[in-house]
Amino acid sequence: MSTPAVEVSHLRKVYGSGHTEVVAIRDATLSIARGEVVGMLGPSGSGKSTILTAIALINPPTSGQISINGTAVLDGPKELVNLRAFRRQHLGFVFQKANLIPFLTALENVQVALEVNDVPSRKARARAMELLDYLDVGARANNLPVALSGGEQQRVAVARALANEPSLILADEPTAALDSQRGRQVMELFAKVAHERNAGVIVVTHDHRTLDVFDRILEVEDGMIKERPLSQPASNS
Amino acid sequence: MNLAVRDIRHNAGRFVFTTVGIGLLLMVVMGMGGIYRGLIHEATLLVNRIGADLWVVQGSTRGPFAEVSRLPGNLEDRVRAVPGVAKARRFVSHTVQREHQGKPLRIVMQGLSWPEDRGEWIPLISGRMLNQAHFEMIADVSLGLALGEKVHLGQDAYEVVGLTRGMVGSSGDGLGFFTVSDAQRIQFDTPGEAVRIERAARRERLAKTDIGRLQPVLLDRANGTSQSIPALAKPQVSAVLVTLAAGASAADVRANLAAWPDVTVYTTQEQRDLLVSGMVDKARRQLGLFRVLLLIISTVIIALIIYTLTLDKVRDIALLKLIGARNHVIGGLILQQSLIMGAAGYGIAWWLGRYAFPRFPRLVVIENEDLVSLAFIVLGISTLASVLGIWKALRVEPNTVLAA
Ligand SMILES: Nc1ncnc2c1ncn2[C@@H]1O[C@H](COP(=O)(O)OP(=O)(O)OP(=O)(O)O)[C@@H](O)[C@H]1O
Ligand SMILES: [Mg+2]
Repeated sequence: MSTPAVEVSHLRKVYGSGHTEVVAIRDATLSIARGEVVGMLGPSGSGKSTILTAIALINPPTSGQISINGTAVLDGPKELVNLRAFRRQHLGFVFQKANLIPFLTALENVQVALEVNDVPSRKARARAMELLDYLDVGARANNLPVALSGGEQQRVAVARALANEPSLILADEPTAALDSQRGRQVMELFAKVAHERNAGVIVVTHDHRTLDVFDRILEVEDGMIKERPLSQPASNS
Repeated sequence: MNLAVRDIRHNAGRFVFTTVGIGLLLMVVMGMGGIYRGLIHEATLLVNRIGADLWVVQGSTRGPFAEVSRLPGNLEDRVRAVPGVAKARRFVSHTVQREHQGKPLRIVMQGLSWPEDRGEWIPLISGRMLNQAHFEMIADVSLGLALGEKVHLGQDAYEVVGLTRGMVGSSGDGLGFFTVSDAQRIQFDTPGEAVRIERAARRERLAKTDIGRLQPVLLDRANGTSQSIPALAKPQVSAVLVTLAAGASAADVRANLAAWPDVTVYTTQEQRDLLVSGMVDKARRQLGLFRVLLLIISTVIIALIIYTLTLDKVRDIALLKLIGARNHVIGGLILQQSLIMGAAGYGIAWWLGRYAFPRFPRLVVIENEDLVSLAFIVLGISTLASVLGIWKALRVEPNTVLAA
């Protein structure tokens, strides 16, 4: 079996201390293979974003280990590698909003992700254009984000997430601002990306109508993760 | 791909507005430096042009420009007798403010030692040098007089026969060249009443003293011409200008003259130094202070606008960090914006200055070396101004992207 895209064991995250202490993640363990698209469900405040940002290496856990693509990167809050360099090379991100830099065109938003990873400008431009075409937004390449629809913006964000051929793509409620039809298109895109580009994909979502696109579904409740069988209908919320 | 330029384009209005402001400030900084140069130029103009080798002035004074110097008119003849002196000229310089066609007219009057000096050395833009001993003048265009115009000064009218450009005194007022006797006549014009009163006073004094009663001839003297009344005696000259004979040693001539207890001798270079270190120095310090203050203000303005632009970009910076941009990419973005603002401001200052400086009331002289040093200073202040923004940007956490 190939190396998993991400492995998380006994993750715990406590915000604040004393009176204001909040245990956001109690004890979370998960493993996701490359080429696999996984949905993450759970009620509001259950800790989904906290888990995702911990894996994104921008919100260090209180304890527990995270390995990405076979490399141990975090042991509790301890950084085992240069996190920013690691994000650049191995991770892609899509969020609900504020995904794109407003003063760059669609093309430049993708290009910048390649350039920060030392891809020469011309090559970065060509590759960015390829990715926009792959995601069917090539026609809008020279538009600023304000001129794009929500769905188009998310496609550009997905293109940017794919730019450096990451082993793991993390998406937090990427379709929350979209209508159901466009939301579904974006979700299908994640499945396509995972399968065609051999990346592990974790998508946090509240939208139960699109669960069929996922290979696996994880349910977060009260800071714990449990696997939900695909056939079973939604239990709550 | 240059992020700095793209962000500026996105915030073009704010950026352009601020940059124009910075440009105006830098133009004033540039102009003040130019005014200082202009002050030196104007203060030393006459000394440089008049073509004297040595300046003989009143003993232990630093005249005739930096302070008042008075010498007897006949000193000229004594100086002429010194070996090595080819020419000696009387020099008279004073400022008058009179009225001409209902407007105040300030003239820095220069007396030319007629007939030896007819103003051959004066660079004329039109007209001619002085042709007669009286009632002619050469005026600078800044006085606003036209060729052939007659100006009433004192009891006489003087005709403008020649015009110069840029010949002004250290106060910035235009020079007017007259013969020495005309210049003195204008300055020391004595009304008849003054002469009569002084005569009466003398007669009274004599009548009260024994000697006056015993020597009636003294009474005759008291009734004589105004020239012979000491209180109204012909005024003295400011300096005597020496032109050395070919091959004569300036040091020898100077040593000879310096032995006279009633005069002090300066070389042309020493006159220049007296003007620059004395009269212009305070102006230089004042202008320098203003320049420093304006540069500080420019720095603060650039720093604030760059900081505000950075605050507006906090989420974008967080996003860049999230996708792994290195610190130098983010710091560089802000530093470049600051430098672009400084450079554009400098360009605007230079461009505006070309139109504005010639319209300044005082002469503005912009030297290339001043432009270069100001460019480096602007480089420095722009870099300094970016520090605040860079400091903010480097502290942005990547997870700020997620904050609502
Ligand atoms: N920075 C923080 N400081 C303190 N508490 C926090 C912080 N971020 C999140 N929490 C708390 O941690 C818990 C988990 O939050 P998290 O954002 O992970 O939930 P979520 O599952 O993503 O919710 P939602 O579906 O509403 O996005 C919540 O109780 C929340 O209030
Ligand atoms: Mg969340």
